[in-house]
Amino acid sequence: MAHFLLEFTIFGTHVCPWPWLAYTIAGVVHVALILNLVAISALVFIWLERKISGRIQDRLGPTRVGGKFGWLQTLADGLKLLTKEDLMPEGADGMLFRIAPYVSFCASIAAFIAIPFAGGEYPWIAQHLNTGVFFVLAVLGLEVFGVILAGYASASKWSLFGAIREAAQVVTYEVPLGMCVVVPVLIAGSMDMVVIGDRQAGMFTNWLVFHDPFTFITFWVFFTCAMASVNRAPFDLAEAESELVAGFHTEYSGLRWSFFFMAEYGSMFSVSILASILFLGGWHGPIPITSMLGLTPENGPMLGYLGQLAGLANVLLKGVLGVCLMIWVRWTLPRLRIDQVMTTCLKYCTPIAAAMFLGATFWHYRLPEKNFFGLLDVPAAVYEISEGWDNESGKRNVESRMATSEPHAKLGGL
Amino acid sequence: MESIYWPSFFFLLFSLVACGFAVGVLLAQNIVRMAFYLVLSLAATAGLFFLAGADFVGAMQLMIYVGGTLVLLIFGVMLTSQDRFIEMKTWAGDWVKAFLAGGAMLFILISAATSVPAWQGLDRAEAEAVSVSKTATPLGMGLLGARVDRFDQPDAARRAGMSGYLFQFEIVSVHLLVVLIGAAYLARAKRRRTLSVAQTD
Repeated sequence: MAHFLLEFTIFGTHVCPWPWLAYTIAGVVHVALILNLVAISALVFIWLERKISGRIQDRLGPTRVGGKFGWLQTLADGLKLLTKEDLMPEGADGMLFRIAPYVSFCASIAAFIAIPFAGGEYPWIAQHLNTGVFFVLAVLGLEVFGVILAGYASASKWSLFGAIREAAQVVTYEVPLGMCVVVPVLIAGSMDMVVIGDRQAGMFTNWLVFHDPFTFITFWVFFTCAMASVNRAPFDLAEAESELVAGFHTEYSGLRWSFFFMAEYGSMFSVSILASILFLGGWHGPIPITSMLGLTPENGPMLGYLGQLAGLANVLLKGVLGVCLMIWVRWTLPRLRIDQVMTTCLKYCTPIAAAMFLGATFWHYRLPEKNFFGLLDVPAAVYEISEGWDNESGKRNVESRMATSEPHAKLGGL
Repeated sequence: MESIYWPSFFFLLFSLVACGFAVGVLLAQNIVRMAFYLVLSLAATAGLFFLAGADFVGAMQLMIYVGGTLVLLIFGVMLTSQDRFIEMKTWAGDWVKAFLAGGAMLFILISAATSVPAWQGLDRAEAEAVSVSKTATPLGMGLLGARVDRFDQPDAARRAGMSGYLFQFEIVSVHLLVVLIGAAYLARAKRRRTLSVAQTD
């Protein structure tokens, strides 16, 4: 965006001749967009959660605030939270107690920096990282840090129990989560999320969840582990109300408490978007309507922009659907015990993920040019987007599959 | 504003945060606060890596060091949550010893960094001409055993010496696996030798 601002001219004069201003504006716009996305999505998700849980339990949920469907309920909740007294326990570690909600919230937001919302040649992404998947995983693991700080600093046994449970759970579930993420990375041949998303261009048959039976199972293991790693029911041991009052946020009230809540909904949304980009085609809809209508950058910037907008809508819609799935699971299944949570991860998820990783590797080795359970061919255009070893000199790998380099192909493989 | 070279500005900013919180680790007396400062310091170091265009190393820094400190913090809280350990005082003798050792190390590092001509910084004009290229792919290919940069090497003798890192990589992975299995073996629940006798009466 900074380059765009620098090159943008009206009647031959540069709108923004200073690089520092261009970079500042670009940064501020990106940060504002991401912050608002997380805040507003949290607003919507909290309302959605109350509404869906009401319907699941044969209630109506919120109905009054804002007229129909009670859609302004969260805003009213927010106003109530703003006016609450800001309490801190007497024995608490003041600095850590105050800083913990922000740590959680920052980690939750930082993941969005590297998540693309539309791909192609000009991806909509705040910071296009070469190893985006890895960055997102690393940052998502940091959210637990705020929880542990909160649990320790509250000087309350309920908080500490909740925090230690959360720590054990998140650290454990990172193992199968990482293993599941490796599978799409392996098939796309890149850690770049834009490349992984564009590997699934075209019909829904190209989505990696349908690539082979192993990736299909991997997707569900990934979703389970993601649900556990963002600390959602049935894995919400850290805030088990029936045992620990409210877990790590027992001592928090008002705005500080709502920061934890926003962090939780933010990371629910980010893991859902991550799942949609890795497995469900990301910004590519089930049927490529935008490219059928010619909404691509080749047909002019405005049409390309419309196409990217449709991609954004796709990513957000898939993310919201993922969150709805999490809400559905939460209000359907009872909470697991801590030993059951550990068993689910170590005795089921990890071995399944490992076996699926091996299976997907073997499948991809045997049938590298097949999609949709080995029934269809991978479109020829997809090969061109797989990342070559050198983008700078233009020696991109067009013919050889995955990231095998051009000189390498001359030697006849490894 | 034109005269400021922004990469240097951000480098100084991140390094200031990293060094400031590193000093914070030394001065803090509460073990959890120490761990918190350490995390901030390591995260600022990750920022330095991102600034240098080394995305992979930066993300690695976040995952391994910051995540590792997290585990350290948990153990710190769990094992030392008695009052005697959670507040730690540093004695005057310790300060003197630490200053001697740390100062000697700092002296060596600074003198080494300033004396090697190849490590001197570029002029601003030169630095602006250098384009930061993404390096993760050649590195990954090297770990897989294929040095993609060797094909550009004109010297045949040198080219022959440039092999991939697959062997070393595998040795390290097997070593880590052995360590993991060993840790699991040591930490496993011991089987009880004697069965408890059922109580009578």
